[in-house]
Amino acid sequence: MNPIALILAFPLLGFLINGLLGPKLPKSIVGWLGTIAVFASFILAVSQWSLISADAEGINWNAYTFLQIEQLTLNVSFTLDRLSLWMTLIITGIGSLIHLYSISYMDHDEQPAKFFAYLNLFIFSMLLLVLGSNFLMLFFGWEGVGLCSYLLIGFWYTNKDFGHAARKAFVMNRIGDLGLLLGMYLIASNYGSLEYAEVLPSMAQGNGSVSLLTGIAVLLFIGAIGKSAQVPLFTWLPDAMAGPTPVSALIHAATMVTAGIYLVVRTQALFFLSPAARTVVLVIGVLTALIAAVIALRQNDIKKVLAYSTVSQLGFMFVALGVGAYTTALFHVTTHAFFKALLFLGAGSVIHGVHDEQDMRYMGGLKSKMPVTYWTFLIGTLAISGFPLLSGFFSKDEILANVFHHSALVYGIMAFAALLTSVYMFRLFFLTFHGEYRGTEKLEFDKVHESNWKMTTPLLVLALLSVLGGLLNLPHYISHEGFLSAWLKPTYIMFEEVIHADMTTEILLISMAVLIFLVGFVYSRQRYLVKGVSPEVETKGVAKWLQNKLYIDEFYNLVVVKPLEVLGDILFALFDTLLLYGLTFAVHPVLRWVGGRNRKIQNGNIEFYLLYMVVAIAILLGVNLLFV
Amino acid sequence: MGALSNLPIPFLVLSFLTILSALYVVTSKNPVHSVLALIFTFFTISAHYVLLNAQFLAIVNLMVYAGAIMVLFLFVLMLLNLNKESEPIKSNLWGVSAAIAAGLLLVVVTAAFQSSGIAVMKSHTEGIGLVKNLGRVLMTEYLVPFELSGILFISAMVGAVLLGKRSPQEDVEPQGDKL
Amino acid sequence: MLSIFHSLEISHYIYLSCVLFSIGLFGVLFRRNAIILLMCIELMLNAVNLLLAAFTEYMGDTQANGQMFVFFIMVVAAAEAAVGLAIIVMVYRNTRKTDVSFLDQLKD
Repeated sequence: MNPIALILAFPLLGFLINGLLGPKLPKSIVGWLGTIAVFASFILAVSQWSLISADAEGINWNAYTFLQIEQLTLNVSFTLDRLSLWMTLIITGIGSLIHLYSISYMDHDEQPAKFFAYLNLFIFSMLLLVLGSNFLMLFFGWEGVGLCSYLLIGFWYTNKDFGHAARKAFVMNRIGDLGLLLGMYLIASNYGSLEYAEVLPSMAQGNGSVSLLTGIAVLLFIGAIGKSAQVPLFTWLPDAMAGPTPVSALIHAATMVTAGIYLVVRTQALFFLSPAARTVVLVIGVLTALIAAVIALRQNDIKKVLAYSTVSQLGFMFVALGVGAYTTALFHVTTHAFFKALLFLGAGSVIHGVHDEQDMRYMGGLKSKMPVTYWTFLIGTLAISGFPLLSGFFSKDEILANVFHHSALVYGIMAFAALLTSVYMFRLFFLTFHGEYRGTEKLEFDKVHESNWKMTTPLLVLALLSVLGGLLNLPHYISHEGFLSAWLKPTYIMFEEVIHADMTTEILLISMAVLIFLVGFVYSRQRYLVKGVSPEVETKGVAKWLQNKLYIDEFYNLVVVKPLEVLGDILFALFDTLLLYGLTFAVHPVLRWVGGRNRKIQNGNIEFYLLYMVVAIAILLGVNLLFV
Repeated sequence: MGALSNLPIPFLVLSFLTILSALYVVTSKNPVHSVLALIFTFFTISAHYVLLNAQFLAIVNLMVYAGAIMVLFLFVLMLLNLNKESEPIKSNLWGVSAAIAAGLLLVVVTAAFQSSGIAVMKSHTEGIGLVKNLGRVLMTEYLVPFELSGILFISAMVGAVLLGKRSPQEDVEPQGDKL
Repeated sequence: MLSIFHSLEISHYIYLSCVLFSIGLFGVLFRRNAIILLMCIELMLNAVNLLLAAFTEYMGDTQANGQMFVFFIMVVAAAEAAVGLAIIVMVYRNTRKTDVSFLDQLKD
């Protein structure tokens, strides 16, 4: 049986069963059902490893032709090549771990079946996205994950704010999708097809002017901006923390937000041919990385810090793409998935342990109470801050190295962003786990507890991966060529060999990286562990600006949302009230009037009736005579 | 219309009389005059029947229509004591509109007939309208309608009698126009 | 005797009949006295009778279908006149009038 079909089928089945029969199934098995569905896909994907390693072409499967308009054929077809296999492994692997975690996390919830159904649907859509062999399937998956994101963010729908957050995520996604759609239209009209295998080689051969390619690339990137939370469409991601923590871990750290990066890597030839587009990507990535890191410095909600951290790290990935280091970006996607999922799940464990308190100012001293969570979280923090030899160190260093070769200025900015990363992550760590417990009276310290094995096992697995993940793509000074870059090389149509710097520069860069980590660590330790922070202190000045997210949300509200609402009101008054309501409610009086007029004919006067009768007969006969 | 001069004199005269008396029926103020004029109209129409080789019909017309029905009308007229009563005259507008309506129908109907292109010449077949012929047709082809007309008459008679019966409690001088 | 009538066409009878019919129709619309109204209806019926009889003659119908029809029209006219007059008498008894325009109780 077709492996691609099976990989897609398991999560879909999980969704259908949990979705349709969920309420009738016992609560204990719905979670396992969902987990096993995703895990089965993972096993299947692993089983295809050797096949794909041997044959870089991969497996293609054309399910059926969706639509055929003149020369444009739209197929529901999939391809399992190295890139999509890699993504599938990440999605299903980390997905299974998070599903396992969710069994325990959601066991108090009233509707676990719905949750797992949505999660499975999400996995299915994400797989559609990465396994698709043309832009159409990409778009289906794109929209599907957007939908699931909405459903899952607003999972606890009784809270209106959560609903608003979900809506905000969806709407911002949609704005980006417009760019994606326009890009797709341009591709379809200029290249007559949406298949990767037809469009990309055609581009590589020189069909299409540079401006056309730039236009398409920028439009596709706009889609990526929406989906991967880049400036200016990033404010939905912090708000999306309203959803359950596993959702944040899966969707907003490891998978959905990486769809934008996947898109750029998949259309690598396109971006290769358009330096202007690459510059756009670079600029946006830099801005995002910097702004998000800065905001994260002063957030007090543990999940919000992680959210802004995600946005910032995504900025790093796009910077890598912007300088043409595609594999590096994908490498960072992978390691980031490891440690960010770890961090989120750890945060979930913490929140669970302190009975749903999310403000870090009320935490502290949790190290003794939640050892497993503590140590895994430490590993995650070290990884993201670039502790040497952990996965994050290698991936981030590679990005910085590539950026350095491109431009020293950009390197400087990115290095600063990395420094900030270290600072805010350790701030988070120290505030949460060290120092005195600053909890409120409602939660006594004794009640804080460690989570059960279903939640700690994924933490351990992810911690291990975060440590060892660097092996996936060791830099050139250790091994001849990193595993990942070698593995992915055949998938690139246009490739430029990366220039490797001499050892001196490399040592310089490595020491910079270590320095960044150390400075961040020491500063945070000093500021937050030794000095401590109390919740009642009011933040002033710059800190206040940062805490309020640079007031970007308010700005958007003022500039975008309010005018749209006003426009909506105007149009409502104009069209709805006037035209629709007016017409609908005008029917009644009009009919009454017409009826009233016609009623006068029935005056009971016989002669009247006779006269009408005669005239009517005359007219009928006349018409019959003349026209028939 | 064919040239009037071509028409035979009897037909012309008869038609003229018919139309004239019909007009008088319609316009006369005295109802008794209307009835008498109508009787005269029936006479002229009977003469037309004779011209049309429908002799039996001519006599029956006279006997039934002029003799029975019109007498009935006269009776009722006398019963209700409607003499040269001041019958409320309708407004001129009404008369005009009625005339227009009737005229409209006239025009349309004649146009309809005109366009149908019938121009059959008189064919004289002996004895169409004689009793013998009519009787034979009536008793063979039209037997069922003949019997049914008997039933119709019965019902009409019963209905008329029932309607005309005075109820015992009826006032001698009922109120004006309150029903 | 009837040889002189060869110039008489059916169309003449048609016109005559139509004119009589319209006169009767005008009477129906114009007169208010119910009895006169009925009489004008009789006039209309007679106009039709005339036409039917003319048609039998002009089509040389040995079966005299038209004249048979006239027969039955007369039957119906007689019955209708009887019943109609009975109704008028009843109405007169109740309203002391034969004016048709007062019978407007069926208005809305």
